[in-house]
Amino acid sequence: MKKIQTTTDATLVRQYLDGSEEALSKLINRHQQRIYNFIFSKVFDRDITEDIFQDTFIKVIRTLKRGKYNEEGKFLPWVMRIAHNLVIDHFRKNNRMPKFDNSGDFNIFSVLQDEDLNAEKLMVKDQIESDVRELIKELPEDQKEVLVMRIYKDMSFKEIAERTDVSINTALGRMRYALINLRKVIDKHNIVLTKY
Amino acid sequence: MAKLYLNESPNKKVEKLRPKKETISFLLNYSKALNVLDGKHMQYENLLN
Repeated sequence: MKKIQTTTDATLVRQYLDGSEEALSKLINRHQQRIYNFIFSKVFDRDITEDIFQDTFIKVIRTLKRGKYNEEGKFLPWVMRIAHNLVIDHFRKNNRMPKFDNSGDFNIFSVLQDEDLNAEKLMVKDQIESDVRELIKELPEDQKEVLVMRIYKDMSFKEIAERTDVSINTALGRMRYALINLRKVIDKHNIVLTKY
Repeated sequence: MAKLYLNESPNKKVEKLRPKKETISFLLNYSKALNVLDGKHMQYENLLN
């Protein structure tokens, strides 16, 4: 019976570090499916998966060539971690940038948004502001006074200190406690003040 | 009911996905072209075409 010999990842990494490009080819071939599917299972888009897969191995190659790879860890979990981090980066970037709907037809509304006319967002924003105003009413008088002057009247702490006849440090302290107390009330009653 | 067992599960379909040949080829060429030079205090990357 023919014995199948499999070179370990660690050996292939060592061979690659010694200059064997063939070893890298073997490593990629061995793990490509698993890594590719892992990325696809998160982003559900072939083009994005292809990009992240490529970026993952660019990072792998650069790290190996720079001699920064830690032999203690295992190769596949290390590559998966890189891919995972790049997937997270992708989602972070996507939250900030408009996303193209790549369904064939170009739709101008997939890249343009008129924030001013989004009625739902306006309603949510109004609701949040109204909730915050109600919460502020619950604060002790001195803290409420400072917070209103600072946030709603846009006064500096110097002006607030003069108006309320206290030192700047006292005004700062009242503001600090006002925020702490607001957070406490929000946590205590599980109030959600975010847009999404 | 038999169909439920005979049809491939969606996960199994996902497992068959692979990167494009061009992507793999790009990575292997990138690796061949990338040269890291050690400086006194830092490393320099060189892409040789």
